[in-house]
Amino acid sequence: MIKLSEATKVYAGGVHALSGVSLTIESGELVAIVGPSGSGKSTMLNVLGTLDRPTSGTVSIDGYDIARLSDRELSALRASRIGFVFQQFHLAAGMSALDNVADGLLYGGVPLAERRRRAEVALQRVGLGHRTHHKPHELSGGERQRVAIARAVMGDPPLLLADEPTGNLDTASGAGVMALLRELHAAGTTIVIITHDRELADGLPRQVRMRDGRVVGDSAHTPVPLADTAVT
Amino acid sequence: MAVVDPPRLVPARMRVRDIVRVGGVGLRTRPTRAFLSALGIAIGIAAMIAVVGISASSQAQLDRQLAALGTNLLTVTPGQTMFGEDAKLPPESEAMIGRIGPVTSVSAVGRVKGEKIYRTDKIPVVNTGGLATYAARVDLPATIGATVRNGTWLNGATARYPAVVLGATAAERLGIGRADPDRQILIGDVWFTVVGILDPVALAPELDSGALIGWEAAESYLGFDGYATVVFTRSDEDQVENVRNVLAATANPQAANEVDVSRPSDALSAKRAAGAAFTGLLLGLGGVALLVGGVGVANTMVISVLERRAEIGLRRSLGATRGQVRTQFLTESLLLSAMGGVGGVLLGAAVTIGYSTFQDWPFSVPFWSVSGGLGATLFIGGLAGLYPAIRASRLSPTEALTTP
Repeated sequence: MIKLSEATKVYAGGVHALSGVSLTIESGELVAIVGPSGSGKSTMLNVLGTLDRPTSGTVSIDGYDIARLSDRELSALRASRIGFVFQQFHLAAGMSALDNVADGLLYGGVPLAERRRRAEVALQRVGLGHRTHHKPHELSGGERQRVAIARAVMGDPPLLLADEPTGNLDTASGAGVMALLRELHAAGTTIVIITHDRELADGLPRQVRMRDGRVVGDSAHTPVPLADTAVT
Repeated sequence: MAVVDPPRLVPARMRVRDIVRVGGVGLRTRPTRAFLSALGIAIGIAAMIAVVGISASSQAQLDRQLAALGTNLLTVTPGQTMFGEDAKLPPESEAMIGRIGPVTSVSAVGRVKGEKIYRTDKIPVVNTGGLATYAARVDLPATIGATVRNGTWLNGATARYPAVVLGATAAERLGIGRADPDRQILIGDVWFTVVGILDPVALAPELDSGALIGWEAAESYLGFDGYATVVFTRSDEDQVENVRNVLAATANPQAANEVDVSRPSDALSAKRAAGAAFTGLLLGLGGVALLVGGVGVANTMVISVLERRAEIGLRRSLGATRGQVRTQFLTESLLLSAMGGVGGVLLGAAVTIGYSTFQDWPFSVPFWSVSGGLGATLFIGGLAGLYPAIRASRLSPTEALTTP
């Protein structure tokens, strides 16, 4: 599903946000990328989500080498294969939960009526079937994050990227959101959760630990330069 | 490891309905701002539509007036002799003009010189009020299209006695509101009874400040010399130019060069041309207002893009291409100015209706001004939205998403 080899991202000013990261994530995995702030995990999310290209090295998502795709093709890749969940939810203020979720396939060429129908299904799937016509400000934080998750998964993307999905939530809501992500994983979605919360990461099947732009620990693979040949 | 190239990725086309919906998101979430910046455009368009509409309505009124008055009235006045002296029309000229084939009616007035008009004999002699005395033929109103506002016109009997009909301005200056058998004014040193007051005469405005008395009365009481100073003729509409060509020679066969012929309706038509020039100037001012409105829309759009960076980032993460982000903001700008344009057209039409109703004019808003106004708003909206839209589309998705 995801394959990084020697991926490096250098920002203007010489900051090495990623230095030679190699990582493979198989289809159907549930992975935490964990590290303190400044460890490069946000850059990791951007690169995995094709929002940014690596300076050197290769990143391939679902078989596509993102360095070789144009901006249009990357947009199409995101529209069809990647769902995002953000810490700040990023819901449109004036729109109902249903329409917010329906925007998940806005750029996928699906007509409005069909989008709304699928949004309804997705909202039921995240347990908000009774909140479809509420606006974001009428929902609790946990409910808002569920709406954002429904938006991310309503197109059934093979890959879901979650950036600190519980970062703005209280413990109970956060646990609810994590339970939902596990359910989606159980149904077959590949999920990558970026977090600084070690406790949360430890509860997931695989943890990739980052520090200073490098992978310093991977519970499934040994992060050595020969990782490629060591894939089982 | 042999890699099979996966299928090419092609972004899906957005449907028109979705483009409009997404373009309207910013307007729905910030209605006050949308309203105010649309108002800027609306004021510009309303100003232009109203200027064009009011001028068109005034011309429609002029056309209606011309149609009612007729354009077939010609006037014959004595000019000057070769030696620069005032010429006179021969006494037979009226009868001779009447014998021109297409001429349907002839009438005349003669200026009675030197006889001043006073409301009473108590008024100092120098306060003449700028009024003139005319001897008028009894058939004058029918020929020049004059109507009596109050009282009656002269008839065969009153034309021989000291009776006077006042023009509209003259009646006003003398302070006489209505005809009355007891109301007398002093012309020269003879008391005349006011028997009627005329409405303003559009085709012979000089009569408005005149006191009209019978031809015979003028001769017998005021020593009028009997020479007509203006001969009015009506002729068949399609023969007016032909009549005009022979009129001078007919009126004074011995000295056709001492006769001036004119067509009073030409003066009204000239007013129309003057009005058009003024309209052009006002239209330019309306255009400036529209331009200011366009700058307002551009400003709103730039702010909107700045404020909505996170939304742009989200849309990019959902798979929007740069082109789709650009289209979104361009659509928003176009919707904004189209709203302003439609509002402005309605406002401008309302102002025109109000003003022409108030003036008792027919109402007219030319189609070209409406379509031109809407076209101009869309052009301005597109121009105003272009730069912000390009900025929005150039925004890197990662930067946009990290905006708080």
